[in-house]
Amino acid sequence: MKPAAFEYRRATAVEDAVDQLTELGDEAKLLAGGQSLVPMMNFRLVRPSALVDVAGIPDLQYLEPHDGRGLKIGALTPHRWVEEMEDPELLEGFSVLKRAARWVGHYPIRTLGTFGGSIAHGDPSAEWCLLAALLDAEVVAVGSGGERVIPASDFFHGFFMTALEPDEMIVEVRFPQPAPNAALQEFARRAGDYAIVAAAVTLDMEDGKCRSARVVLGGVADVPLRVPEAERVLEGADVGREAFEEAGREAAKVVDPPSDVQGTSEYRRDLSAVMVRRALEEAAGDVG
Amino acid sequence: MKDVHSVKIAVNGRLHEIDVESRRTLADVLRHDLGYTGTHLGCEHGICGACTVLVDGLAVRSCLAFGVQADGREIETVEGLESGGQLNSLQEAFSAHHALQCGFCTPGFLMLATALLREKLDPTEEEVREVMSSNLCRCTGYQGIIEAVLDAAGKNRGTEAVDGAVSRETAEDRVEGVSLLREAGDHTQ
Repeated sequence: MKPAAFEYRRATAVEDAVDQLTELGDEAKLLAGGQSLVPMMNFRLVRPSALVDVAGIPDLQYLEPHDGRGLKIGALTPHRWVEEMEDPELLEGFSVLKRAARWVGHYPIRTLGTFGGSIAHGDPSAEWCLLAALLDAEVVAVGSGGERVIPASDFFHGFFMTALEPDEMIVEVRFPQPAPNAALQEFARRAGDYAIVAAAVTLDMEDGKCRSARVVLGGVADVPLRVPEAERVLEGADVGREAFEEAGREAAKVVDPPSDVQGTSEYRRDLSAVMVRRALEEAAGDVG
Repeated sequence: MKDVHSVKIAVNGRLHEIDVESRRTLADVLRHDLGYTGTHLGCEHGICGACTVLVDGLAVRSCLAFGVQADGREIETVEGLESGGQLNSLQEAFSAHHALQCGFCTPGFLMLATALLREKLDPTEEEVREVMSSNLCRCTGYQGIIEAVLDAAGKNRGTEAVDGAVSRETAEDRVEGVSLLREAGDHTQ
């Protein structure tokens, strides 16, 4: 189908984009890679009155060390750059991003789609949203009130709803702490489709024991969902299949996923157990 | 009131200056405004990949981009693959391996493979499968497509650029296309 009519503008700088959003009002949207927004417009699920194209704003494409051990990603960095990340220093703590990138859409989606765009879109099964929640990322946004840093734990409010104000633009996403033992696993019926269920986990291990863990699920709620019950199962447990299966069963018990055309609630619950177990296995085996 | 923009885009090395409405997708601009009907439109929401073209060398679904976004950019479509009536090696490989039946998805697959083979001269079978899984084909069962792309990669291994006509013949044209745009001014990102 064809999108409804809209006014097209181009922004040359972040401040310019914010000014235009302020002027155009909250029916206007930013256009970055457009790989989530344009299909929704083609379906007429959304009909923005205006699009402010930010793709030409310079200096927002980068993957760089942040504050010693962290990683910062420019908002307009294409998914493909994350997939092709080769800097050994960055990979040491953040290879999970590179490994997860192959789950993000398809190759042509990854060439245009942007990291910040995916976070701003706020799909609760999207890989970057899950990893942002998992790794306590910070979202840096600029609006008419200036710049602010929003913790991922406060950022995702619901299906496609975030803490962003209508006049704000994400400029950077920061991952403050390296996560050498992290993994994301997901299941979709066809390679590249949105996950029916996705699980993202980190493990902190010492001498074969799990000191602490974090488990985040996608596709089971209206936000990336942290599952403390599954995390508690892992605390102090011996690293291995038994604990991983138990954590998966616990996660399946506490989630209340929706049913839709992709799968029933019960199916999603079963998938949650499997995805959590697989992600934990990958995280445990991952040494860099 | 229509929101119309004047854009300059180069398609297969040829410069076009047209007025497009902002809501018009790049696919519709190519097909309806410029007559490059080799680019096919299947789903119009980024699932099937039939409309894949190259924008500044990158594989892009032309139904998921607006024509106005292509201002100042170089587009390559399936029409640009042959030269002087001769299919390029990738197209020959598609023919040899029965990588098409009805042909509807073929332009998208060809452009997708062109992007891959430019990026990776010698992709592994896994890489080929991963990238070619982006597009849908309802006839072939994909096996012939995978074999064709691997064959085309092998044929060109270590020799000249892999994508035949486009890079061989139009490397200069493409530069010319850019310079045309640059001369015309307003060549922004």
